[in-house]
Amino acid sequence: MIHSLFLVNASGDIFLEKHWKSVVSRSVCDYFFEAQERATEPENVPPVISTPHHYLISVLRHRIYFVAVIQSEVPPLFVIEFLHRVVDTFQDYFGVCTEAAIKDNVVVVYELLEEMLDNGFPLATESNILKELIKPPTILRTMVNTITGSTNVGEQLPTGQLSVVPWRRTGVKYTNNEAYFDVVEEIDAIIDKSGSTITAEIQGVIDACVKLTGMPDLTLSFMNPRLLDDVSFHPCVRFKRWEAERILSFIPPDGNFRLLSYHVSSQNLVAIPVYVKHNITFREGSSQGRFDLTLGPKQTMGKAVEAVLVSSQLPRGVLNANLNPSQGTYTFDPVTKLLTWDVGKINPQKLPSLKGTMSLQAGASKPDENPTINIQLKIQQMAISGLKVNRLDMYGEKYKPFKGIKYMTKAGKFQVRT
Amino acid sequence: MLKGRVLEQSNALPFTFTFLSETSVHFRVMVDTDVHACLCGPLPLHDDLKEMLDSNKDALKLEAMKRIVAMIARGKNASDLFPAVVKNVACKNIEVKKLVYVYLVRYAEEQQDLALLSISTFQRGLKDPNQLIRASALRVLSSIRVTIIVPIMMLAIKEAASDMSPYVRKTAAHAIPKLYSLDPEQKDQLIEVIEKLLADKTTLVAGSVVMAFEEVCPERIDLIHKNYRKLCNLLIDVEEWGQVVIINMLTRYARTQFLNPNINESLLEEGGGGDKTFYCSDEDEDEDEEKEKQAEVSALAKRKPYVMDPDHRLLLRNTKPLLQSRNAAVVMAVAQLYFHLAPKAEVGVIAKALVRLLRSHSEVQFVVLQNVATMTIKRRGMFEPYLKSFYIRSTDPTQIKILKLEVLTNLANETNISTILREFQTYIKSMDKDFVAATIQAIGRCATNIGEVRDTCLNGLVQLLSNRDELVVAESVVVIKKLLQMQPEKHSDIIKHMAKLTDNIQVPMARASILWLIGEYCEHVPKIAPDVLRKMAKSFTNEEDIVKLQIINLAAKLYLTNSKQTKLLTQYVLNLAKYDQNYDIRDRARFIRQLIVPTEKSGALSKYAKKLFLALKPAPVLESPFKDRDHFQLGSLSHLLNAKAGGYQELPDWPESAPDPSVRNVEVPEWTKCSSREKRKEKKVEKPFYSDSEGESGPTESADSGEFDDGSESVSVSVESGSPSDSEESEESSESDEDEEEEEKEKKKKKKEIKQMQASESRARSKPDVSFQTIAPSSALKNYELLHRITGEGLSVEYCFSRQAFSPDANMVAVQMHFTNNATSDTKNLHIEDVKLQSGMRVKEFAEIELLPAGEATTAVMGVDFCDSTQAANFQLCTHTRKFFVSIQPPVGELMRPVFLTENEFKKEQSQLMGMNEISENLTLDAKCRNEHAIVQRVTTAANLSRVPCGSDKECRFAGKTVTSGSLVLATVATKDEGAAQLTVNCEKMVIGTMLVKDLLLALTQ
Repeated sequence: MIHSLFLVNASGDIFLEKHWKSVVSRSVCDYFFEAQERATEPENVPPVISTPHHYLISVLRHRIYFVAVIQSEVPPLFVIEFLHRVVDTFQDYFGVCTEAAIKDNVVVVYELLEEMLDNGFPLATESNILKELIKPPTILRTMVNTITGSTNVGEQLPTGQLSVVPWRRTGVKYTNNEAYFDVVEEIDAIIDKSGSTITAEIQGVIDACVKLTGMPDLTLSFMNPRLLDDVSFHPCVRFKRWEAERILSFIPPDGNFRLLSYHVSSQNLVAIPVYVKHNITFREGSSQGRFDLTLGPKQTMGKAVEAVLVSSQLPRGVLNANLNPSQGTYTFDPVTKLLTWDVGKINPQKLPSLKGTMSLQAGASKPDENPTINIQLKIQQMAISGLKVNRLDMYGEKYKPFKGIKYMTKAGKFQVRT
Repeated sequence: MLKGRVLEQSNALPFTFTFLSETSVHFRVMVDTDVHACLCGPLPLHDDLKEMLDSNKDALKLEAMKRIVAMIARGKNASDLFPAVVKNVACKNIEVKKLVYVYLVRYAEEQQDLALLSISTFQRGLKDPNQLIRASALRVLSSIRVTIIVPIMMLAIKEAASDMSPYVRKTAAHAIPKLYSLDPEQKDQLIEVIEKLLADKTTLVAGSVVMAFEEVCPERIDLIHKNYRKLCNLLIDVEEWGQVVIINMLTRYARTQFLNPNINESLLEEGGGGDKTFYCSDEDEDEDEEKEKQAEVSALAKRKPYVMDPDHRLLLRNTKPLLQSRNAAVVMAVAQLYFHLAPKAEVGVIAKALVRLLRSHSEVQFVVLQNVATMTIKRRGMFEPYLKSFYIRSTDPTQIKILKLEVLTNLANETNISTILREFQTYIKSMDKDFVAATIQAIGRCATNIGEVRDTCLNGLVQLLSNRDELVVAESVVVIKKLLQMQPEKHSDIIKHMAKLTDNIQVPMARASILWLIGEYCEHVPKIAPDVLRKMAKSFTNEEDIVKLQIINLAAKLYLTNSKQTKLLTQYVLNLAKYDQNYDIRDRARFIRQLIVPTEKSGALSKYAKKLFLALKPAPVLESPFKDRDHFQLGSLSHLLNAKAGGYQELPDWPESAPDPSVRNVEVPEWTKCSSREKRKEKKVEKPFYSDSEGESGPTESADSGEFDDGSESVSVSVESGSPSDSEESEESSESDEDEEEEEKEKKKKKKEIKQMQASESRARSKPDVSFQTIAPSSALKNYELLHRITGEGLSVEYCFSRQAFSPDANMVAVQMHFTNNATSDTKNLHIEDVKLQSGMRVKEFAEIELLPAGEATTAVMGVDFCDSTQAANFQLCTHTRKFFVSIQPPVGELMRPVFLTENEFKKEQSQLMGMNEISENLTLDAKCRNEHAIVQRVTTAANLSRVPCGSDKECRFAGKTVTSGSLVLATVATKDEGAAQLTVNCEKMVIGTMLVKDLLLALTQ
């Protein structure tokens, strides 16, 4: 399926290649570079490129292109999903997935790629299994290895490969048994000029960090499971149980994993946590434009709105912006025309605002497009949909685990049109 | 040369030198190789590495290998190290070994002869007791692309395909396509291996072998028949990548085997009509006639209405939960399966899942939107509720924006067009001009498709003509041209407006469009048209080719309608064109001159020139580029590219009539469903031990039967010899007279118990769902002690296998427990706790007995799924005060239930269970047991089998099925002279067979 993999950095250099079948010359990437040149933005490179003898399927993560070479029919999503899984694994192993990290750990990367694909077909992609085969590099382990001469490579078939629960290793032991769950919700919204909501939906995930000894069997139940309209599970979740009782029953993988991602039905009205008052105008004839932006909290259920970051792509005609923030700092990049305003926390008593003028290119006509405003924010200790975890129970093990749950709301793709 | 010398000297200090070569990496490759070529020869470069590899320290070797692998990763040539590396293939250090493997696989193709040196190491590795080493040896062996070793690979694959470890079998499945690509002539042999592996019941193997099937022999759809149901049932537990491959393959399979669920919705109604006549005929008084009609009608009804094949339904049902997968590829695979296979009413479920994927990475969005775009053309209604999810954000990459636009356009209809147009209006103001152009196109398409909004759209577009951005204007012109063609009369002012634009617009396509419009409708703008031509004639030489062609067209049309004003201009333009560089334009000019300018030589055609040029032209239809893309399987690469990719398997059309569905029947329906996912899996993992490798199954099984003594201290198997006392006819087994006679029940128990036993039995029997195939129990029940009254402190428990179907779960053996409280105080809360079972076994506990008063007795029934093994089920029996460790161990005869077979069926089944599955023993019958009756009596007591009618009186035959897996158990006792006899047992499960023979021998000889 996947013939070869090339890793290309932002400046267009191939810094790693791996072949699973016979070697494909790296000149095949020329087609990719061509497409890269044609695309104005890095993310506009088409994910699938057809060349005379091969097909190139690529993903862009952390400013690295992962280019897979395919020779015959294969579902493109299969390859794309796999490449993302590779990136996730690198991130899991090295903390970050940058060119430097990959170059530093090139041997581990190679060993990983060797295990993840056999003849181009995925073999082991479950991080728990991989970690038994190839231990992640840590400073301690590197030192121990140099002293004792032991290796980073497991000698036994990982227990997970054959077991009922391939995602969990056996023989896990912790002195502190803990299970933490983060319910993180993101609001995707488009607000129109007049402030009314065009579309808004909530996407949520439950990320877990489970460090429990043995083979615990967990059940997690919600106060209001009906809220969840569409869900996708980690393979560990028993689907039947969810169908019948709306309870998440699972044997967790060891460590960090995403238990569930969900979508809150759009029938429910979505609370919009902030409002934006804006007045961005350009006058015909003059080389000045007015910029006036005020933020305020809306439906936040009494919680503070934090880490607010406003960004906006101003029209090409804008040369510079001379603005005055009531709080926080702003930057304007005259090359990319990107305005960002780091607001911080919104104080309901004293609403943050950003006012001032923009200078336009002399003689240029008034730009006829209005910029959209993108907002990022965080609200702690609240899931905006109102989702609540009822209880978490553990079966199968005797000890009492420490359990914790955290809620958070973020803005996802939150846009205000002006 | 001098420099080379310097470098060679520095070889003495290996580390310095490596540092040098490390830095050179940062140059571009071209430079890199040049540097090597001119500074130093290729060979001395790696001397240090060779030294390290030759050393006897693992650490040095490892360091060297790591550096070599880093070189390979960077794409540098390390092939000259081959001999030094290959020596280390047998290195003890596993990491060195692995890296050597990496190296070997990379360079073996280039150095075939040297690569052969390593083969013997792998062959040794194939026999290693560690399954990981076996697997990785096979992996490397099969990855070395050296044609000479094809026979060795073939042998290794065949052997590994019947390995004990499913992981090794999986590796074998992976190796099949490797060998196939190396030597396609091995196809036939490989298909045999694939066929064998397809029958594998482990989830681990399933995905890989289907992958191999798809690469080697996708046309051999017949291999799937027998495995179809198994694959459907396994699907949810297969790893995600395997799921994708299996689902895609099953989609193709289903298209060849089942009927189109959507084809005869109209026929279904006709079927309803048929029903009507059926009711009419009810009133008919003539019975014969009625019967005739009835038969006719029912035959008709049978043929006509569409009934979904249960296997088709099975596929749809088992794939649906996978829409919830976290893996986008799996979701997409299920979505395309539903799109291609499901009845219209059910396809809708996929929309929600696909919309969910739009939250994912932009590459995933790209692919999903492509597929959604195709789907929206066929099934618009499906995505309409999610219209707003396709609204475009300014932060989306352009390619995503354009695809979303496509979907929005496809979704537009009379009801939602106003919201969509409002949305489009904001898009036109975007800074992304490519996207604005696409939006204008989309507006044009909405306008052509939905008549009501045509004028609104046209007005909007005309306003855009005064936009400052030229691209926007140009695109609008092109779209307006298309729209105007639909109704030109009404819009002469728009044409005039556009004529003015020729001064400003420079985009060739737009200029050409305007000129075409003016030429085509020159009668509507009689004054302006000649003037436009005049201007164009002036700039003719500087125009683009498409504009030039349109100028010629315009000139010709004007010449025909208004020759007075334009004759000279036309001549001028044609003359210019005559000397143009482009031959198309020269040709066109020559052709038009001949056609329109009358000369003495001009033929008959010029009379019709006006008709030719100014014929009414049909308006263009604006179509989605995604129309008809669905003849490619959705989700495939070919669909995305809209061109057939290599190795693409066409999605076949539905067959006219369904092929024989019985091909999917499997003789022994061994696939049993369990309620819990885990349990099912465990069993799957276990199965191969029994069914797969015949050679190895022997020892494993005997190990199985050796584990009798798991702490079953309190069980004393008290076999009480039964004698016939009371004959009872069972309700269900009235098949043959012969049977009835012999199916007698014998009971010999303590008097006290009898009543209760009967009571409980009748209760059990009155339960409604007694399985149809099985036949009632046919012999006396033996009681076993579970808890002695002394150890139980007054509580004594006995159990027997009641041989009733256990209604909550057909795979369980019913165990009837009889509790007697001999103590002086009451016992409360009798229940089961802490069940300890071998994997795969399950227990259905009896309901808690709240109170057992002193001196009283009661019974309860529990179910145990022994998984067709005689392992004990251990648990604690708890009262309100005490816990007792007890265990139930079934004699092998209780692990089966009777089955009714005819003599012929019996012979047929027996003939299929020959060889390893047949066990025969000669014996001398007990003196009391020389007649047929006694034999039947003893056999049915020892094992829960039913008598099979038999023509010969020398033979008694019995048949049953194991409870869990439903494997047939056939027993034959052939009597000879003087009490000699031969006992034959045929059973697929050899353990069961062997043990049953032992038990029956005992029963017949004592």
